[in-house]
This record gives sequence, C-alpha cells and structure tokens, in this order.
Amino acid sequence: MHELPITQSLLDLAIKHAEEAGGGKITDLYLVVGKLASVVDESVQFYWDIISEDTTAEGAKLHFRHTPLKIECLDCGAVFEPEEFSYTCNTCSGFRVRVVGGDEFHLEAIDLEQVEVSGAESGS
Amino acid sequence: MPERISVVEKITKANDQLAELNRIRLDENKVFAMNLMASPGAGKTSLIERSLPLLADRFRLGVIEGDLATNLDADRAAAAGATSVQINTGSCHLDAPMVKQGLNELELSELDIVIVENVGNLICPASWDLGTHKSVLIASVPEGDDKPFKYPSMYRGVDMLVINKIDLLPYVSFDMERFKQGVEALNEGVVTFPLSCVTGEGIDAWVGWVAELALEQNS
Repeated sequence: MHELPITQSLLDLAIKHAEEAGGGKITDLYLVVGKLASVVDESVQFYWDIISEDTTAEGAKLHFRHTPLKIECLDCGAVFEPEEFSYTCNTCSGFRVRVVGGDEFHLEAIDLEQVEVSGAESGS
Repeated sequence: MPERISVVEKITKANDQLAELNRIRLDENKVFAMNLMASPGAGKTSLIERSLPLLADRFRLGVIEGDLATNLDADRAAAAGATSVQINTGSCHLDAPMVKQGLNELELSELDIVIVENVGNLICPASWDLGTHKSVLIASVPEGDDKPFKYPSMYRGVDMLVINKIDLLPYVSFDMERFKQGVEALNEGVVTFPLSCVTGEGIDAWVGWVAELALEQNS
C-alpha cells in the first residue's frame, strides 16, 4: 500500500531530472528494485497511470529491474540467494551471515524525447 | 529518438531530505527521538504506557501517535503522562512530512524525549526515514519466530529490537534461537530487549537504554 507515496516520489524525481536536462517528454523510466524494498510492480504501475496524467511523464513506460536478496556467509565466504524462511549458508550450513544485496531502490535513468514546439518561444 | 538521462537516485530521496531536517531540528532542541514500529497488536502503545511513568521523573516526554484513524492511542499516552499529538495518516505508514507536522504541534524546547508510534505494519514503515535518532522494532512472541524471514526489510533497518510478550513463551511455539538467527543475519549485532509489558520483566533494561540515549542527547 505504500506504493502510492512511492509513485508520487518517483514522478517528482523524474520530472525534476527531466527539467534539469532541458525538459521534454518522459517516455521511459528505469527502476532498480531490490527484494528488500517490498515494492509491487503492478501496484506502482496502477498508481503511475493515474498520477502521471497531465504531466510531462504521462503514459511513460516503467521498466523494473529486480535484484535478489543476496547473503554472504561469514564462515566460508559463499554468496547465495537464500531460500525462503532460512538464511543458513547453503554451502557450509553456517549461521553467521550478512546481507550484501537486495536493498536497492533507485531510479536509474529516464528516456527523454524533445517535444517539437511549433512557433513557440524557447525560454528556460 | 529519445535521449537517455542517467539519474541513479533513491526514490525516497525527498522524504529522506525532510527527515534530515527533522533530525536537525530535534538536535537543536536537544531532544532524543525514536520511531517505534511493529505489527498491529505487538504492544507499541503498551510499551509506551509501561515506559513513560519510569521516565517521567527525569525527562519531559512527548508522543507522536500515527494511526489510520481514532485518538485512542494518543489518549492512552496522555493518560500515562506525556504531551501527545495524534496524526491520522489515512495511509499505511508515517513519513517525514507527517512527523514534521507532529513536531510543529509539540513545544520541542520543553521536551527531552519524543516517541513516535508508527502505524501498525511490518512492511511500509521500513522504507520511510522520519528523522528520529533510533528506529525500534517491537516483535512479539505470538507472531511467530518466522517473522525475520517473512519481513526482512523491517528487521534489517532497525537499531533496536524489543521482543514483547515473553511471558507467553511457555504457551506458544516460538523458537528463540531460530528467530535470533534470522535477526542476526539481517541486522548484525542489533541490541535486543526481551520483555513483557504485562509482568514488567525486562522493562528496566529497556528504559535504561532509552534514558542513557536521552541523557547523551540532552547533554
């Protein structure tokens, strides 16, 4: 359910970067979402379609790149993707482990299309 | 042909920036603040009720209550001796702008500790920095020992873990070792306070920790 404020932040961030790059229409957004971010793509997309309306990002396509939860064993050094409900090392069965991946939650890039403005001023 | 613009920014950046301003404001007023998070029914308000009387002789206390609806929790906090503010979020978690609003309603120069009680939820609050100094998760025994595996982001992001309702350990199947192994994997070295808000067992250690941090911040 936190996808609504997340989507709003995403929109604000994308528009800010588009303006900094000289404006234009945002056609695509590239997101990196780690397993630990607990974000549901469909839900973000649902809100996106509503709140991006009448903005320069209206109709833009969201691309989600998912990164898995990755755990490193402090005993044997193995890095693995844990099975559900267990963080035990699947190489040496060690318990001493730490998370090394899956926290990511970034907007990586946006695609901008310059809008053809006929006879309009080009102020900034 | 569209042009690719590299961004690489945290999506919650705007919230995080405002959270930092909240933290600066708290620091300027020498107020220690913590964010209490838990699932509904884990004992957030009970822990506040238990803790406030033990802190009230040394510290001036404020509570910001986040709830979907009602003033019930704010009333309980006020009855336990704190200045309390209720924020009805209408959504699943508190964020930095809401806490800013709560701080506006409290006279910070007249407080030493602010406890923020987040909305009962084990997913959403983890992503939102409020500007408090410490994040505390209250787990409770009846929830089960699998929660660190099912809600890893919540267990990962906190500074302190309270395990409430330990008086129920003889009655429910809760493998403390398994639970702690999950916690340790996600959040190495996190300090844990097993306690019971009903019997009072373990409360002193918890309150001692809060007092120590508040004194540090007040000095």
